[in-house]
Amino acid sequence: MTAFILRRLMQSVGVVAVMSLIVFFGVHIVGDPVYLLINPQADQEDIEAAIRALGLDRPIWEQYWHFLTGALQGDLGRSFVFGEPALKLILDRMPATLELAIAALLMAIIFGIPLGLYAGLKPQSWASKTIMAGSILGFSLPTFWVGIMLIMVFAVMLGWLPSTGRGPTATFLGITSSLFTLEGWRYVLLPATNLALLKISLVVRLTRAGTREAIHQDYIRFARAKGLPTHRVIGVHLLKNILIPVVTVLGLEFGNLVAFSVVTETIFAWPGMGRLLISSIQSLDRPVIVAYLIIIVLMFIIINLVVDILYSLLDPRVRLGEKSA
Amino acid sequence: MIEAAATAQEPHIGAGDAEPTLAVEELKTHFFTKAGVVKAVDGVSFSIKRGEVLGIVGESGSGKSITGLSIIGLIDPPGRIVSGAIRFKGRDLTKLSEEEIRQLRGDRIAMIFQDPMMALNPVLRIDTQIIEAVRAHHDVDRGTALEMAREALSAVGIPAPERRLKAYPHELSGGMRQRVAIAIAFINKPDLIIADEPTTALDVTIQAQILHVAQELCRNTGTALIWITHDLAVVSAIADRIAVMYAGRIVEQGTAAEVIGSPLHPYTRGLIGSVPSHNARGKRLYQISGMTPSLLHLPPGCAFRNRCDYAGPLCSEAPPVTEPTQGRQLRCFYPLKSEAMS
Amino acid sequence: MSVTEAPAAIAEKNDASAVETPLRRFVSAYCESKLAVGAALFLLVLILLAAFAPLIAPQNPYDLAQVDVLDSRLPPGEVGFSGMTYWLGSDGAGRDLLSAMLYGLRISLSVGFLSGLIAMAIGAAIGLIAAYVGGRVDSLIMRIVDLQLSFPAILVALMLIAVLGKGVDKIIIALVTVQWAYYARTVRGSALVESQKEYVEAARCLGLSHARILFRHILPNCLPPLIVVATVQAAHAIALEATLSFLGVGLPQTEPSLGLLISNGFEYVLSGKYWISTFPGIALLVTIVTINLVGDQLRDVLNPRLAR
Repeated sequence: MTAFILRRLMQSVGVVAVMSLIVFFGVHIVGDPVYLLINPQADQEDIEAAIRALGLDRPIWEQYWHFLTGALQGDLGRSFVFGEPALKLILDRMPATLELAIAALLMAIIFGIPLGLYAGLKPQSWASKTIMAGSILGFSLPTFWVGIMLIMVFAVMLGWLPSTGRGPTATFLGITSSLFTLEGWRYVLLPATNLALLKISLVVRLTRAGTREAIHQDYIRFARAKGLPTHRVIGVHLLKNILIPVVTVLGLEFGNLVAFSVVTETIFAWPGMGRLLISSIQSLDRPVIVAYLIIIVLMFIIINLVVDILYSLLDPRVRLGEKSA
Repeated sequence: MIEAAATAQEPHIGAGDAEPTLAVEELKTHFFTKAGVVKAVDGVSFSIKRGEVLGIVGESGSGKSITGLSIIGLIDPPGRIVSGAIRFKGRDLTKLSEEEIRQLRGDRIAMIFQDPMMALNPVLRIDTQIIEAVRAHHDVDRGTALEMAREALSAVGIPAPERRLKAYPHELSGGMRQRVAIAIAFINKPDLIIADEPTTALDVTIQAQILHVAQELCRNTGTALIWITHDLAVVSAIADRIAVMYAGRIVEQGTAAEVIGSPLHPYTRGLIGSVPSHNARGKRLYQISGMTPSLLHLPPGCAFRNRCDYAGPLCSEAPPVTEPTQGRQLRCFYPLKSEAMS
Repeated sequence: MSVTEAPAAIAEKNDASAVETPLRRFVSAYCESKLAVGAALFLLVLILLAAFAPLIAPQNPYDLAQVDVLDSRLPPGEVGFSGMTYWLGSDGAGRDLLSAMLYGLRISLSVGFLSGLIAMAIGAAIGLIAAYVGGRVDSLIMRIVDLQLSFPAILVALMLIAVLGKGVDKIIIALVTVQWAYYARTVRGSALVESQKEYVEAARCLGLSHARILFRHILPNCLPPLIVVATVQAAHAIALEATLSFLGVGLPQTEPSLGLLISNGFEYVLSGKYWISTFPGIALLVTIVTINLVGDQLRDVLNPRLAR
């Protein structure tokens, strides 16, 4: 087990190293690094001074080394627009984005799994066909349009929920989040639903497919032959088998949620990383873009690692190895 | 093996003249598929007494497994029991509600499946899977159930049961998994056990052990046992009575000695003849010619007609069940002369 | 396999059926779902609408001479100052929404399909090569594919645009970059299976050139999963382009796709002029749903593991 974790850690470090290389050289090959890191509106003198200061007149390997050491110390450049370190800007906004992603994930689980289970157990029923049609709708609907419609219906027409912004926060166990206040939930509900819609559809389809496959397995038949009540057959025997692939997919999708929050945050004016990214792209604030990229890559790698470990913990066949007595 | 068994079978203790544990009458289970109606079981009747072992023999597609599943009530759509009665200790199982049957399953009627690796849930521990079988039917606390599980594993001959209880199915060998399945089947001391090809997926050496274990348990508890298999050698070692199935019907039924020693139906004779040990060395193996007919389009009349060496003009009608001797049943217009098999 | 299915399956296998060509079987299997047939027909209608937009639309919304700014923000069904009926209302600049949607559909579909085709060509070629050559080349290519696929499409697209800048060609490059990996992986998978089969061995024995074997023998057999992936990717590409345009980093204002129309209408939602965003959104939705429905049925029909 520990050997497994160690191996994966080594692989992850390798991937991070490769990614840092790609990011750095990508930025240098594709665009003019001068304009990527220095505000193009500055004076010629200032530009030249900045070039010297940033070491851009040095050979490229030296620049990479400089970049790497800076990055390891947490310095990923300064934003043109805000004048603050890019890393700080992003980290300040990360909790908001994570909140949104977690709320969306929770919704996906709470709604997706029961619906998918039902659709898998009674595939011919009218309700089940509606659920499946709904799921096609769910991942066909463009997220941004759904967001607009949600605002239109719930905020403008019905006036039940606020249309923009993030609610008040509270601190619990050292974590500050708007999820800990009731008012905060009012603000998070629409954007989280928007983000979750795609994931709910995914979870429904996944759970349904898993259920349909598992229900014909012999161990389900054997469980029934033992005379176990239906709720135990479904709730324990079936569910535990399906949950393993569903959980791993969901874990990996968490990264996607964070990425997709770009759209939702823009529509709902949610103060998260995604919104920062979009405004940075539009204002050509390149250091922020580079910093965002690196952080996202790191996040993905960590998520992948965690999911791998989680999977091996959940499935006893993997955990204990394929031993034959 | 067959010859010895044919002469040395004795009825089990308790196989008296009390009401039969199970009486199946004209059972018909059909599957309504898009391609047509598959008459998997088409008019099957037999009975089995307390402590008796009935062997149901047939090829794939003969309907033997479906018969077993029909009795325990695990036929799913598009299949359905169309007609007939299944009298278990007087109650007609076909008339019971799903909840009433569920209460019988695992408690009074138990089932053992063919592939123990697939039958045991791979993500649950062995003790969980045994304990739940007990607690679904009896109000016992976990500690008592765990003790029962431990005893059950010992009874089927598993050494160091405590360790095995904490294990997962993939950590055990095939033979041990099947023993666990048997332990689960016997733990509530049911009146009837249906074993659907339990040894087919196992090594030959393990087969003998499993057979022995099952036999012992049945003798000690008086449980009736239906042993479904395609392997005549296996069934001859364990069964009191044998029913031979073909294309959804029982074509011959009788005591093991009678059916194997002096078969009346050409198909039975064919089955016995094709057992390798039965053929002279160096000569070509005897094979029944042709293939099992498609259950979707059964030819009219006797289903075995196209493969039978003895078919005659009468066979274009479906042969009715006849009783040539006491306790013997047959569906054939041209039964073989009762000659002892060499 | 579960036991109760055995008799039915055996019965069907033993059953002799009439001789059918694969194409006829495919078509009849596809037509089993009336919904899918309807979707396919509707898709055809959409494509025709888009292709003939200049001929069908009541007005060319990008010809300033035809647009009357006094007619802006009219609700659906109103008749404007110019005497024209705005069936679906008009937008902030006075353009007829129905016409704008038709033109927008045209752009959305063409960008989506074009990028899909290019991605398919590139991805299929790479996948074929990877499978055929095998060994280190294959591992390397698949590593790159996996790396790319582990990142969400929208992120990759945004990064590319951030670096490359805006413009139609840049958008198409971004869309192609996002999609090629799916095609590569799918084609490589089926090409691997195919290249183990005997007809490839036979073709090699005949001394056919590698290119010929690849493109004339292996590729046609890889088509079924490729078709399925293509429909799914088409829907994704259209949605992605719409999203990018909505965010303001997609197609420029001179080539307004449906996404841009929705974006333009966003500012009016809070004041109750819902139609400017809603109708283009519905058009987008309908397009994507239709493609997905067709793709779903194709996948069910072409999937060998769901053997009926």
